[in-house]
Amino acid sequence: MSPLALLGALLACVPLPRDDAQEGGAPLAFVGARLVPIAGPDIERGVLLVRGGKIAAIGAAGEVELPADAEVRDVTGKTIMPGLVCTHSHIGQPAGADRSAPIQPEVRVLDAIDVRDASIQRAQAGGLTCVNVMPGSGHLLSGQTVYLKLRDADTIEELLIRDAAGRIAGGIKMANGTNSRRDPPFPGTRAKSAALVRAQFVAAQTYRDKLARAAGDPEKVPPRDLGLEALVEVLEGRRVVHHHTHRHDDILTVLRLSEEFGFRVVLHHVSDGWKVAGEIAAARAPCSVIVIDSPGGKEEALDVDFKTGGVLERAGVSVSFHTDDYITDSRLFLRSPALAVRAGMSRAAALAAVTLEAARQLELDARIGSLEVGKDADLAILDGDPLSVYTLVLETWVEGVRVFDFASPEGRLRALGGDGAGDPVLADLCCGGER
Amino acid sequence: MKGLARLAAVFGGFLACAASGRFPSAAAQDAGVLVVRGRTVHTAVGAPIEDGIVVCRDGKIAAVGPAATVEVPGGAMVLEAAVVTPGLIDAHSVVGLSGRLNQPHDQDQLERSAPVQPELRAVDAYDPREALVAWVRSFGVTTIHTGHAPGAVISGQTLVAKTTGETVDEAVFVPFAMVAATIGEGATQDEEPPGTRAKAVALLRQELVRAKEYATGRDAGGEKQPDRDLRLETLAAVLAGERPLLVTAHRAHDIAAALRVREEFGLRMVLDGGAEAYLMLDELRAAGIPVIVHPTMARAGGETKNLGMETPHLLQEAGLLAALQSGYESYVPKTRVVLFEAAIAARYGCTFADALRLVTIDAARILGIDARVGSLEVGKDADLALYDGDPFEYTTHCTGVVIEGEVVSREAR
Repeated sequence: MSPLALLGALLACVPLPRDDAQEGGAPLAFVGARLVPIAGPDIERGVLLVRGGKIAAIGAAGEVELPADAEVRDVTGKTIMPGLVCTHSHIGQPAGADRSAPIQPEVRVLDAIDVRDASIQRAQAGGLTCVNVMPGSGHLLSGQTVYLKLRDADTIEELLIRDAAGRIAGGIKMANGTNSRRDPPFPGTRAKSAALVRAQFVAAQTYRDKLARAAGDPEKVPPRDLGLEALVEVLEGRRVVHHHTHRHDDILTVLRLSEEFGFRVVLHHVSDGWKVAGEIAAARAPCSVIVIDSPGGKEEALDVDFKTGGVLERAGVSVSFHTDDYITDSRLFLRSPALAVRAGMSRAAALAAVTLEAARQLELDARIGSLEVGKDADLAILDGDPLSVYTLVLETWVEGVRVFDFASPEGRLRALGGDGAGDPVLADLCCGGER
Repeated sequence: MKGLARLAAVFGGFLACAASGRFPSAAAQDAGVLVVRGRTVHTAVGAPIEDGIVVCRDGKIAAVGPAATVEVPGGAMVLEAAVVTPGLIDAHSVVGLSGRLNQPHDQDQLERSAPVQPELRAVDAYDPREALVAWVRSFGVTTIHTGHAPGAVISGQTLVAKTTGETVDEAVFVPFAMVAATIGEGATQDEEPPGTRAKAVALLRQELVRAKEYATGRDAGGEKQPDRDLRLETLAAVLAGERPLLVTAHRAHDIAAALRVREEFGLRMVLDGGAEAYLMLDELRAAGIPVIVHPTMARAGGETKNLGMETPHLLQEAGLLAALQSGYESYVPKTRVVLFEAAIAARYGCTFADALRLVTIDAARILGIDARVGSLEVGKDADLALYDGDPFEYTTHCTGVVIEGEVVSREAR
């Protein structure tokens, strides 16, 4: 639903709790909560002012001047942190590349996301506000990923993030190790996997060079190739590679290829990351880490460990966590940083790993990931400490609009499950987005 | 004063051995005795004991109570923890049959050549050295009900084992616990029958009818004595009420089908999974059926699309006997850990004590092993789990595990 339509519906349906602070609306002040800004120390009894979908002010009570027209919400006893950012998810049941080839850079996952799927509602209920939705890992390259804002929406277009030039934010998904090994035309060994990837990047370099030499001359420009076009973006550093990789030697293979072709990469899962933390740090490769309850499930994940986040942190590596939803449930995303703290990661790095550091890995840190003036008002409101099992997400806000409210029947159903929780979300029939 | 002096000696000894990183030498100890002291001791059957002591002797619990009242034997090894609970019980798992490699050679939880195979014994497949057994143990799980998985009309038998021992005989203490059945989508197949829910139930009923006739003939003896049939013999044990039928069913209408079968054949039944059990509370209570609920962190989708985080709480509130399970995982994580699942139950409606019951005494009751495990009571097996804080908190560690008086894990996990 568009912001204007939402506003219209709100005005038509009285009384309703105020749940937006977007452009044109009065500023909204959250007063009394413990604020966890990530970018600075916690503020025990803080004030957070939201105006026009952005954070307009933040500080301790008494330090922030409230505008006369501000609507004040008393959130004493609650905790407000930035909306959670998940660097690797499969919500919306996306299917990327098909079985026809191991490398399919022309495939866009945004063409395959069901925005009415219950998994997206569950992610909102988990406090997630931004997600990197990826195609799967059964290919060497399974397609272009897309970064979504979890606004209340009926179409994928409403969830996209665009830069000033209108370009849709996203990366590209690659994988090595065992998942992408299959019968031909897929590779049968690790070396073959790397060889196929190298050949494809060489082809992209050739395509790029032809384009450069043509200098716009229609006679010389090669036929447009959507796959090579996407890989040229990768070669030019305009599209980040999100690379599934588990075993220590597979991780080093990714770093070798990244160095050879100069592409920027975020290493994903990194089950064995704790074994090669020094090498990862030396390559300045950020890591998106999975936290799961036991090792195994496949040979390359035998040594997956809660300690990976902490080991990488101490080596100086940028660490984020991811749900890999459906592998883990987005509603329990805060378990991941908490279990990492259990195994030695610092609290500060663990919380940054689901907010600001995750935003950095998606190159969205100028807009999201922390409670700072000028950033998007993407918030998770909790009833306790972010790393406690007993803490519930009470509300989730995206750009000044509340998209999840535990106190509403619909919100409760999303958060707790139950009869009808798995059904897709129906189109709005009435009542200002109350679904 | 005498008691205090004794305690001082005990703790002095503990601190000394902690500092050197070693336990007191065997010579200095009473080999058969272990003392566990917790700032809080949860017995699972009564109020928590502040500054409690559990004395373990010859593998059994010899005493449990407040430090002020329990006599501590001299020379015993002492373990100390912030919180002590009974060793946890995983009420339904496939650990030991479904290995961590997830390759055909270590996946023994489901045989697909026929839809009904109750004769498949869990003892013939359980690997006590499987790494995942030690994994769940390191988080406090001391007893597992494991065996054949959901996914066939009848997939085989289950067993109960301690998470220790190097041979099946050392590990197992109930070799044949239940017969595992599935009703609903999970029992159907694409190529071979049964292809629908109704066909699966028809197959199940037909086999039970055959088993009934087999048992009648067997008991009559003489001319009517049938040839021995392992499959029907196993089902006859179910019909006789000697073993429960463990029925995995998730949707409400599949649970209703399970209750119909139970009614028709007069079986003892335990419901497994039960994603929509919250819709069938009255029916389950009327039938007196205990429920081993799916993992609280199970994925919502397919048959479990409507699962609820509050189901364990709702079952307890309705007066039903409920327990938690790690279930079967086909990919990653290869097994869940019931400590973590109980923690989520405690987040969504259960009190601490009620969440603990789900993985201790109530699990033992459902499995029929509560005379031996599931609580800290004198005479029961000395199975304990130690923690450095609230066991359910994400950031707490399990710091020790004791099985039958033996310290089997001291790694902080």
